[in-house]
Parts: sequence; C-alpha cells; structure tokens
Amino acid sequence: MSALANDNGLNLDQVGVWLNDPANWWGPTGLLVHLREHIYYTLIAVVIAILIALPLGLWVGHTGRGVLGVAGLANGLRAVPALGFVVLLVIWLSPKIHAQPTIPGLVPDGAFQYFVPVEIVLIVLAIPPILTSTYAGVQNVDPAVRDAAEGMGMTGGQVVRQVELPIALPLVMSGIRSATLQVIATATIAAYAPFLGGLGRLIIDGTQTINDPHSGYPAMVSAGIVVALLAVAADLLLVGLERLIVSRGVSERFSRRAGRPAPEVELAQA
Amino acid sequence: MTPWTYFRDHQSDVLHWTWTTVWLAAVPLFIGLIIALPLGWLASRYRWTYAPVVTTAGLAYTIPSLVLFLVLPGLIGTQILAPINVAIALTVYTVALLVRVVADGLASVSSTTLSAASAMGYTNRQRLFAVQLPIAVPVIGAGLRVAAVSNVSLVSVASLLGVAQLGTLFTDGSQLNLLAPIVLGMIMIIVLALLFDVVILLGIRLLTPWQRAVRQR
Repeated sequence: MSALANDNGLNLDQVGVWLNDPANWWGPTGLLVHLREHIYYTLIAVVIAILIALPLGLWVGHTGRGVLGVAGLANGLRAVPALGFVVLLVIWLSPKIHAQPTIPGLVPDGAFQYFVPVEIVLIVLAIPPILTSTYAGVQNVDPAVRDAAEGMGMTGGQVVRQVELPIALPLVMSGIRSATLQVIATATIAAYAPFLGGLGRLIIDGTQTINDPHSGYPAMVSAGIVVALLAVAADLLLVGLERLIVSRGVSERFSRRAGRPAPEVELAQA
Repeated sequence: MTPWTYFRDHQSDVLHWTWTTVWLAAVPLFIGLIIALPLGWLASRYRWTYAPVVTTAGLAYTIPSLVLFLVLPGLIGTQILAPINVAIALTVYTVALLVRVVADGLASVSSTTLSAASAMGYTNRQRLFAVQLPIAVPVIGAGLRVAAVSNVSLVSVASLLGVAQLGTLFTDGSQLNLLAPIVLGMIMIIVLALLFDVVILLGIRLLTPWQRAVRQR
C-alpha cells in the first residue's frame, strides 16, 4: 500500500490503521455510534417524506390536478444547494427554538435546535423524487386498466389503492431509492450544523485537524467509506424490498416452471 | 445587511467565486458527456454490456459528493484544497448519470427508422452519427439538464473542505452568523443553475430543427 503514499501528507495507508483500532469503532464517538445516528436521521426524514409525498403523488396522479405545479416544484428544488439550505435554516430557525430535549442515541445534549432545521431540510429534499415518481407512475397506468377497474364498480379510492398504487409501485420505489440516497448524502453535509451527530461529524470535525493521525484525514476517509457503504446497503435493501412488495404480475418475474406467458409479439412502431 | 449590500462590499470575491463555480460545473459536464457517449453507445450496441455498465454507473452515483471530494486527494495525490478534486468528482457523477441516458436514448430510436437509413445506403457509422445520435438528442439533453443543475449545486459542498467558490458564502455566513451572504449564495447558485438550463435548452433546440418543422405543419 506504500504506493499510495502522497507528498501532500494525505495518504490512504493510515486509513487501514485507523480502521483496525477497535476504539475507533466502538468508542463513545466511534463509527458505530455515528452510523446509528446517521441511520436514524435518514429513517426519520425518509418516512416523513413518504407520508407526505406518497398520498399527494397518488392524488395528483389520479386526478391530474396540479401536475405542472408539482413538476415545477420538483425541478426548482433540484437547483437548491443542500448546504446553503442547511446553513440558512440553522442561522435563521435555530435561535427561535428554545426547547432543549435530549433524545438518547439521536439528539445529543444541546443539539435539538439544530436537529429540527436539519430534519426539515432532509424531508424537503426527499419529497420531490418520491412525489414526481409517484404521480408519473400513476399517470403511466394504462387507461384501459383504469376503465376496467371503474367498470367493475370500484370507487375512486379502491382504484387508487388496488389498481393504481400496485402498478405504480416500481416507479414509487425508485423514487424512494433516490430520496434515500439524497438524504444519506445530505445528512453528511448537515453535520456542518454544530453538536449534531451522524457520520458527517467525523468528516466536518476532521477538516480542522486534517493532519492529525487520529482525528484528521484517516478518520474523515473512514467515515466517508462508511457513508458510501451505508448508501449502497440502503439501496440494495430497497431493491430487495421492491422485489418483495411489487406484484409479480407487474414486474413480470415468473418462475420458469410456472410457465411464463408467451411474450407479446412486438408490433413494429408506426 | 441585505444580500445586495453584501455583494457590493465583497464584489471582487463573489465574482471570482462565481467564475470558479461556473468552471467547476461546466468542465465536468463537457468531459462527462464526451466520456458517456461512447460508453452509452457500447451499452446500447452490445446488450450484454448494458447491465454491468449501468450498474457500475448507478454504484458511482450512490457515493456522496463530500466523500468523493475527500477520498480523491488520497488516491491521486492532489492537495485537499485543489479544485481539480471537485472537477474529477463531478465528472464521475456526470458520466454515471449520462451513460444510462445515452444508452436508453440510442436504444429508443425506432428500428424502422434505422432500417430506412440502412436501406438508403448509410453505413453503420454514418447511421449512428447522422440518424441515431440526432434523434437521441432530446433524451440526452434532458439528462444533461439534470446533470448541469446538480453539478452547480454540488460544487458548493466543496466549501466544507475549503475550496473557494460560491459555497464559501454559506460557510462565511455561518461563521459570521449572517443571513445576507447565505441568501446571496442561494440566489447566485439558483440563477446560475437556471442559466445552465437555458443554455442547454437552446443547444437542444439548435440541434433538433426538425422538431419545430413538425410542429409548424
């Protein structure tokens, strides 16, 4: 690994050394504590974003109302820099929050006034991907299928729950996947807010002491690697979940033995 | 203090940072497109390459930007403050996003159109550059717009590591506990993203004259 030694004083050899020290994993400010915080921050944001964006997306897709507004909002939000959003809310909102609850393992002492603005940013950034993919998924439902459901006497709510949502589910899940990746990445940046935990804490604090073999570059890269692994693991988990919950009739994954229906002969595109 | 007065007081800094941001977002976009075109073509031409190419690209896209900015100096020996880390990281993201778009865009050209071109005597290469690629321009352009907007806002993350560009307005505002520079930075970055978007839209329009011709009929 000595080939990786660089004249800039930052080399990746020390990362292995750092990762080999159990104290850096299990300690009170070790990787695992920060990993747990990172997962909690992400879960809270993604779950709340789903609770907001999924019903709204289903409604927009079903009624066709507000499509332009939703698409414009999603595009506009993509241009908003996450770091600026975090810093803006921390400077503007944090001084207005006086409650100081401490939630063990989630919100350290004195961090609540920073936890709230950061979660708001994470939720706001997670909503557009879920919202747009949900309404796109519903709008992609074959109108003949919807007509058939209505012809069978289903009410609007039944059509949404039993027909449109199951068919739109693959797209909904891809929206949730990109929202989750976005939140995991942004939660790293959000450690720029003081006192807050998460793996970004090690990275942001490390910038102050970058040449320190304990808290500097090796710790930053190690935390970064764990963030990247967390992102990949979360993505794989969601892919697995998608396989479980998407109807086989929609995903067309049939076991060979069950006799896969003959693929439709593709008509030449006119 | 308003964002405008902050801008006046720090005009030379802010304009300098704006240029840095423009370069750091635009160059990776250009290089990324150049790299993604052949890769995407490969994935659309030889079907067995599609899954590995697109999966690798998806994997690269899951790495958070801050992490990539951080790891690159250790990998290639640059200084942590060097803007080149940002440029390389954003090139990786641009390629990751565009490879799939290019592959899908090229594959979406109807086989009837391709047969017609072959029947008219186009060689495979002529057909690719004169028929398939132009028809895929709107799809590739849409991907390019997404990449451009996300590049512009990702550049600002580099200020956490001290690379001076418009994101520095955020860290400065945070350290000075001032809203003015933060709001100024938000406005500058959003306006810049819009400008990138407009330029790409114009480019798509120029490259697809037939779309207007069809609409006018």
